[in-house]
Amino acid sequence: MGDWEGVRLHVVTGKGGTGKTTVAGALAIALAADGGRVLVAEVEERQGLAQLFDVAPLTYDEKRIAAAPRGGDVFGSAIDPREAMHEYFEMFYRLGRAGRALDKVGFVDFATTIAPGLRDVLVTGKTYEATRRRTSSGEPVYDAVVLDAPPTGRITRFLDVNTSVTSLARVGPINRQARAITELVHSPRTAVHIVTLLEDMPVQETADAVAELRSAEIPVGAIVVNQMRRPHLRSRELTAARRRRLDRETIAKGLQVAGLPNNDGVVEVLMDNAAAHAERAALERSQRSVLKELDRPTYELPHYPDGIDPTALYELADVLADQGAA
Amino acid sequence: MSAAAYPHRAPQLRADHLIDDPRVRIIVCCGSGGVGKTTTAAAIALRAAERGRRAVVLTIDPARRLAQSMGLTELDNTPRAVRGVNTEAGGGLDAMMLDMKRTFDEVVEEHTTPDKARQILANPFYQAVSSSFAGTQEYMAMEKLGQLRHRSQWDLIVVDTPPSRSALDFLDAPQRLGSFLDGRLIRLLSGPARTGGRSYLKVLHAGFSVMTSAMTKVLGSELLRDVQTFVNALDTMFGGFRERADQTYALLKRPETAFLVVAAPEPDALREASYFVDRLSRDAMPLAGLVLNRMRVDRAAGIGEEQAIAAAERLEAAGEHQLTASLLRLHAEHLRLAARDERISDRFSSAHPDVPVVRLPALAGDVHDLDGLRQVGVHFSGTG
Repeated sequence: MGDWEGVRLHVVTGKGGTGKTTVAGALAIALAADGGRVLVAEVEERQGLAQLFDVAPLTYDEKRIAAAPRGGDVFGSAIDPREAMHEYFEMFYRLGRAGRALDKVGFVDFATTIAPGLRDVLVTGKTYEATRRRTSSGEPVYDAVVLDAPPTGRITRFLDVNTSVTSLARVGPINRQARAITELVHSPRTAVHIVTLLEDMPVQETADAVAELRSAEIPVGAIVVNQMRRPHLRSRELTAARRRRLDRETIAKGLQVAGLPNNDGVVEVLMDNAAAHAERAALERSQRSVLKELDRPTYELPHYPDGIDPTALYELADVLADQGAA
Repeated sequence: MSAAAYPHRAPQLRADHLIDDPRVRIIVCCGSGGVGKTTTAAAIALRAAERGRRAVVLTIDPARRLAQSMGLTELDNTPRAVRGVNTEAGGGLDAMMLDMKRTFDEVVEEHTTPDKARQILANPFYQAVSSSFAGTQEYMAMEKLGQLRHRSQWDLIVVDTPPSRSALDFLDAPQRLGSFLDGRLIRLLSGPARTGGRSYLKVLHAGFSVMTSAMTKVLGSELLRDVQTFVNALDTMFGGFRERADQTYALLKRPETAFLVVAAPEPDALREASYFVDRLSRDAMPLAGLVLNRMRVDRAAGIGEEQAIAAAERLEAAGEHQLTASLLRLHAEHLRLAARDERISDRFSSAHPDVPVVRLPALAGDVHDLDGLRQVGVHFSGTG
């Protein structure tokens, strides 16, 4: 089971644009390999998973969306707070007529679009239900649930929403449900993985999120460094490139040998590219040391310049598994 | 890199015309998260200021170092002069960070007696609304924008929009929240007395008691009581919320406003940008154009991608000129990424051929000082 044995709920977060949906999808495949059943769910009504897996838009009902290597199934769902609310009414209150009345005065609208607290309660509630659902023979329906969660800026509030619910609703079924979710989220059965790029802002947000999660006592999982580029220059060359001290003569000679134009303009462009590359490499190095201080397992995923198609997704799943994610 | 280096069907966004035009009083930078909205807003405001506008930039959630570079060390809702701005052209730049809770408190204090205000501010339900409701940030950003516009201190306001699930939230959330606060639900919550006359009440009575009991069941009686106290204390402000949201929305439709949709060459960001552009045009809102950040620039210099790879392979096979071979591989990668960015951006422009575009090259490092912002401004104007 790799680094996350015993973890039932994998929450994948990250700054917008870092590729958390991709990582959630790849992680679900990796976890489902060798005969597992894994649910991957999205909560932001983006249909990002459907695009990633190249399947029809996901619905509230869980559907099988992909096969995992060596037998295994990945199921997908888009958790719609409106449907979660109706299900919730049904499950906890057996509200038929009154449930519809609430809908009419705009309560459902209110709960699902305006009060993020309630929206998050519904979404985390549904996730919790999927995590602990059992078959008639008592086996868990899913070996793991992967949540394509809100971005780092909102993740702690999202996961910890039920803690505030317990203080607002102090008794009754809502209170009981909220306490059960709070227990799961703060237990070793949950891991929050943070996706980042080796850039200043995503790394800063990653560090902030780790600090927030830790102070809320929610278990931080892995740091996933996405879109890693291959280094093209050796470290001594990088230093020289950054100072624009690569030898022009040598470069020009090389171009000549290769049968390419080697005028000053061409050399200048190559020097510029090299300087930008070296600048970026230096920046990446310093970001990497910030991440290292967070002291979490770190997985690195390669960059796909042409975007992620299903083939790339399975490759990423392998890369994650190889590094111990599953 | 001149703007002409991007041969393209889309019309070029004339950025300096926009920021120099005295009729333009508000520039709203919107787009999905992680595309460089805050940096773009700050760079535009700085450039406008140094070209003679008395500008203020309203930021929502700036990166720490960028905020520091503008002297924004605390989140206190007060516009402060940014130091280090060149004021020779007669302009100036102020900057502020939005404190949404405080802005909400101020709205409450302004519209009711000190006594009632105290009651409202202490109410647990109000505290939940003002600190965590979806749309509160958007609503308060709009509110703040309205307030800044009322003061005559600035002739240009540049607004960065909150990082939300969807760029459209900036337009919709304030009205959603306003309608909720003014709406039927909250009146029902506040007790039967508020639902209307007696005859109306009789008809409704049966349905109503089913509902209050359902609501009590779902929310719990204590929470319902908090809500009722809140609504009753808020009594004098009914009407005010939606009205204010509507007023600012109307302000955004006036020709003095210019929307800049910010995106990066990523399919998701451009899809968001597309939704936003469609929405602006459907609501006849003044769209100035698309700012495409982080474009990797094609500088072929006479060596194409495949040519570079083939040459690198030759040199590597011969075991000589390893440095040149590496540089050629790097060059090929640059060209490939530039072509990808180009392709993705072109897709947007084919779908929206009339939307003016300005493309900003990717920078090697992060922007965290005024010089960095100036550099972005130069690219923005297409004069770099």
